Amino acid sequence: MSSFVIFGFLEPAFMQRALLAALLVGLCAPLVGIFLVQRRLSLMGDGLGHIALTGVALGFLLQTNPILTAVIIASIGAIVVELIRFYGKTSGDLALAVLFYGGIAGGVMLIGLSSKKSNVNLLSYLFGSLTTVSKFDIAIILVLAAVILTLTLALKRPLFALCHDPEFAQVSGIPVRALSMILAVMTAVTVTISMRVVGLLLVSALMIIPVASAQQLSSSFSGTRIKASTIGATGALSGVILSFYFDLAPGALIVLLVIAFFLVSIGVSSLSRRRKLSTQVS
Amino acid sequence: MQIDIDVLRATDLSVHYPGRIALDSVSLSIKKSSVVAVLGANGSGKSTFVKACLGLAPIYSGQVEIFGQEFSKFKDHNRIGYVPQRLHDVMGIPATVAEVVESGRLSHGWLRQLGQLDKEKISHAIEVVGLKDRRNDSVNSLSGGQYQRTLIARALASEPDLLFLDEPTAGVDLATQIIFADALKHLVDGGTTVVLVSHELGPLRPLIDRAIMFREGRVDFDGSPEAEALDQHVFHDHPHSSQGRAQEWSL
Repeated sequence: MSSFVIFGFLEPAFMQRALLAALLVGLCAPLVGIFLVQRRLSLMGDGLGHIALTGVALGFLLQTNPILTAVIIASIGAIVVELIRFYGKTSGDLALAVLFYGGIAGGVMLIGLSSKKSNVNLLSYLFGSLTTVSKFDIAIILVLAAVILTLTLALKRPLFALCHDPEFAQVSGIPVRALSMILAVMTAVTVTISMRVVGLLLVSALMIIPVASAQQLSSSFSGTRIKASTIGATGALSGVILSFYFDLAPGALIVLLVIAFFLVSIGVSSLSRRRKLSTQVS
Repeated sequence: MQIDIDVLRATDLSVHYPGRIALDSVSLSIKKSSVVAVLGANGSGKSTFVKACLGLAPIYSGQVEIFGQEFSKFKDHNRIGYVPQRLHDVMGIPATVAEVVESGRLSHGWLRQLGQLDKEKISHAIEVVGLKDRRNDSVNSLSGGQYQRTLIARALASEPDLLFLDEPTAGVDLATQIIFADALKHLVDGGTTVVLVSHELGPLRPLIDRAIMFREGRVDFDGSPEAEALDQHVFHDHPHSSQGRAQEWSL
């Protein structure tokens, strides 16, 4: 039994849980993120992460599991954001900012109320804390990730239509408001289950950057989906494994790995485009 | 059963936007299997009229009936098709021609999975607009005209009985306009009614049965596209219009 065994990182129980959580989150986040990018709402996940912080703090205050309260508060926040987008006119943008910063301020306030030592806790939700993921956390993440995977698969065509051309979707009889609401709540749930892995401040990165990389390498929507999900899962798993050996913060490492992959994919796509051009010329 | 039913009837239809009346109490009806051109300058209300008929513009007063049914009660979404006005804007996520055209089948039930019949209709629609060999290419790599044809194929795939097209040939090459005219003829022969918003008719002109001209949110002319009166509206200054406006028209 030594850490020289190739799969030594699989031995500690906390690592098994960390890897499972990273895998699920790495798969799910880009599957939801792809619709946000297509709808030009890339920063939606970031905003909902701010709101989720109030939920986390509420969990501390009520002494229940913070993931549960964060799911509830972030989902309510998502619904409010969608309602503002529908009914808000010129002030919609401003209302969103108020909501997002209100979320983070509310979180910090509530944490102050709950107990003095939980500043450490707060940091673990802001930047992720994979090694402290409990069995109960894993159960919640597993169930919610299964729901997200099923929904993004079952609704992929109507969601594509909605994000590609909302007016056309409406004329086709797709309930665009209900579906936008579902997408917003799925975003909130994804943000919440991802917060233990990469942290609320970096959640959006895992939803958006794998999609940005995959779209450089694909010509179809389904290809982009599959590649983005693969990049997300690979990045998350390798981040956790590397952080085990080099004692680095896993959340930050995952995001940096995904960004590195993004830079490589830009290089690859511009090279292949140049090659295509030169073969066309010659 | 009344055979000669109006497929579209607008009664006193008004659309108000903040500070502007885009459509001012417009009443008109359209019969089955006709091709109606809705003409007018920018801001004349022609696009607003189509959007109001599709539930995409806020109706201030009046009502729209489609196939004899009040719009809010109308649920046969697959009977209406829509090709939106679109400049070729490159969207972020790549999607193939086939993926975009697939959306056209959602009007037959947005939650179901696509079957064999759907796939045949999708392939047929792509073939009709002449994009068979581009089927698996990203729409981001298409020319403006090819992209427009993709959107037309998307509408064709749902096999609508009433098809609205908003400036389908604006900024599109002649080849696309001719393909489009053929596709339109094919549809009309099959019994589809077409409402076409445009400010230039080009190769489509022989297909048009009726021209409705909008000006400042009202119907300014309604009659045969060959009517001299229309040409006068188009080419000559109109007594009610401000000077110089007529130069915007071209047919």
